[in-house]
Amino acid sequence: MTRALNPVAISVFVALFAFVTVLGFVAARWKRGDLGKLHEWGLGGRRFGTVVSWFLLGGDLYTAYTFVAVPALVFGAGAAGFFAVPYCILIWPILFVVFPRLWSVSHRRGYVTAADFVRGRFGSRTLALAIAVTGMVATMPYIALQLVGIEVVIAALGLHLSANAAGLTIQLPLVFAFMILAAYDYTSGLRAPAMIAMVKDILIYATVLAVIIVIPVQLGGYGHIFAAVAPAKLILLAPPSGSLGAQSAYATLALGSALALFLYPHSVTGILSSSGREVIKRNAIAMPAYAVALGLIALMGFMALAVGVGAMPEYANGFRAFGPNFAVPALLLHSFPPWMVGVAFAAIAIGALVPAAIMSIASANLFTRNIYKEYFNPGCTDAQESRVAKIVSLIVKAGGLIFILGFPQNYAIVLQLLGGIWIIQTLLAVMLGLYTRWFHPWALLLGWLTGISTGTWMASALSFKSATYVLHIFGTAVPCYAAVSALALNLAVSVVLSLVFNLVSRGTRADETLAEDYV
Amino acid sequence: MVDHPRKRARFRAYHLLLLLPFAVLLVPFYNRTEPTLAGVPFFYWYQMAWIAITVILILIVYWLDRRTGSGS
Repeated sequence: MTRALNPVAISVFVALFAFVTVLGFVAARWKRGDLGKLHEWGLGGRRFGTVVSWFLLGGDLYTAYTFVAVPALVFGAGAAGFFAVPYCILIWPILFVVFPRLWSVSHRRGYVTAADFVRGRFGSRTLALAIAVTGMVATMPYIALQLVGIEVVIAALGLHLSANAAGLTIQLPLVFAFMILAAYDYTSGLRAPAMIAMVKDILIYATVLAVIIVIPVQLGGYGHIFAAVAPAKLILLAPPSGSLGAQSAYATLALGSALALFLYPHSVTGILSSSGREVIKRNAIAMPAYAVALGLIALMGFMALAVGVGAMPEYANGFRAFGPNFAVPALLLHSFPPWMVGVAFAAIAIGALVPAAIMSIASANLFTRNIYKEYFNPGCTDAQESRVAKIVSLIVKAGGLIFILGFPQNYAIVLQLLGGIWIIQTLLAVMLGLYTRWFHPWALLLGWLTGISTGTWMASALSFKSATYVLHIFGTAVPCYAAVSALALNLAVSVVLSLVFNLVSRGTRADETLAEDYV
Repeated sequence: MVDHPRKRARFRAYHLLLLLPFAVLLVPFYNRTEPTLAGVPFFYWYQMAWIAITVILILIVYWLDRRTGSGS
């Protein structure tokens, strides 16, 4: 960075960071429980009410990376980046209808992960293993991407304390931030991110409020902001003849992302940590407040275009290092006084810690329950179980850190894109499994395999640069999010094979759950 | 059950209200700039408006579920 150090912004940033660190450790005593039990450490004792769950889920689902990447997409690609809004609209009806059932059955049967549920429902440890591994693999790059959020704001603050080790340039503030995160996570479990999420959201909402008031005033109103956007970026391009063009890509991206969201382990952890199914329903009503915030944040991409930060020499280094992801930090630096920059950047950095914490806890829960206990130590005690989870949460975070330090940033982005395609393949076993056990576990497993391999193949055919694979249906080109088309194939395979397997296999399959467990 | 011990999951016609938000997938309908609202093109304010509509729809279903004693 050529930018000079900004002492006011840095002081505010560091003070807020120190404050949440203290909170993270204090959280161990909150809603006191025996942290030597997995559901206490890894699900906060299933005791979070409507308000805490609102903050926790909000912090969990609307990550720092979202807050940086969505406006970056709008900044670079225009209207296409706004798909985040219909995506956020669709997730709430899905949460409201489907996931209270998962909460109920998990509460009744002591499930901690989605794979636990699949194991109990379909009686297949192989299918449960597939669900668990998919969840862990899809989450890892997501954690790495949270670090990108922190990296961008640290660079924008002009804090460049780096060390060279083994040919790598290591950003010391980043490593330091992650070590603190790992320490309070280990001590307090899910209670830490739940408590910190409240601070993070207050900072985020304050920032958004400031942005939507201050910047339009500086620029002379929203009309001027949109007037500065090139017409080709303002709406989606009209499709060429014989193709559905950008419009089907937009719709399938929104649909696929919405269907995938609650299959991610960190979403399941957030849902299962609530104290009742009513809490989930009330949150489906209250959570769209975040969608409003996200829509406004997306428009920051256009504000950055209108201000013209991309052409300002003082931000040239930042854009060179981070590409469009630097648009939001540059806009904030340009438009806000230093102390507000400190608040906004702290909001982004703390907003990265919350989901990173929940994601690593969720992965740890999966490993402990569905791999360690299932395959290595079936008779493990509660204390052993939670100790393994704590250690795995450290390993997962270290993995994310090494990933972001050791590989080009683009790898994490590609893997996160693939992660979305992979995780959605667990939809049939998890979401449809909540309604029916008609599907045969082996059919689901083969469908999952088909979905994962064709989805990956489509992404590789696009050289991993995009997830929108063009299908040709009756002579019409239909650009479609690969996750959605792969899921359709997965569904077809699962249905056909279930028909066959159910016919061939006589006798009843094990299902430890009962109809009344779900309501 | 913690919340409602004897309630049964039952489908009711008003649950179909929750399908309406999927209208945001009909991109050709709103992929245009006019009419603008306070300088904001249709494409943007229309989709933002659906956030509010979705909240209202879920709220209606939630209330009706409580009244009829059914839930999904």
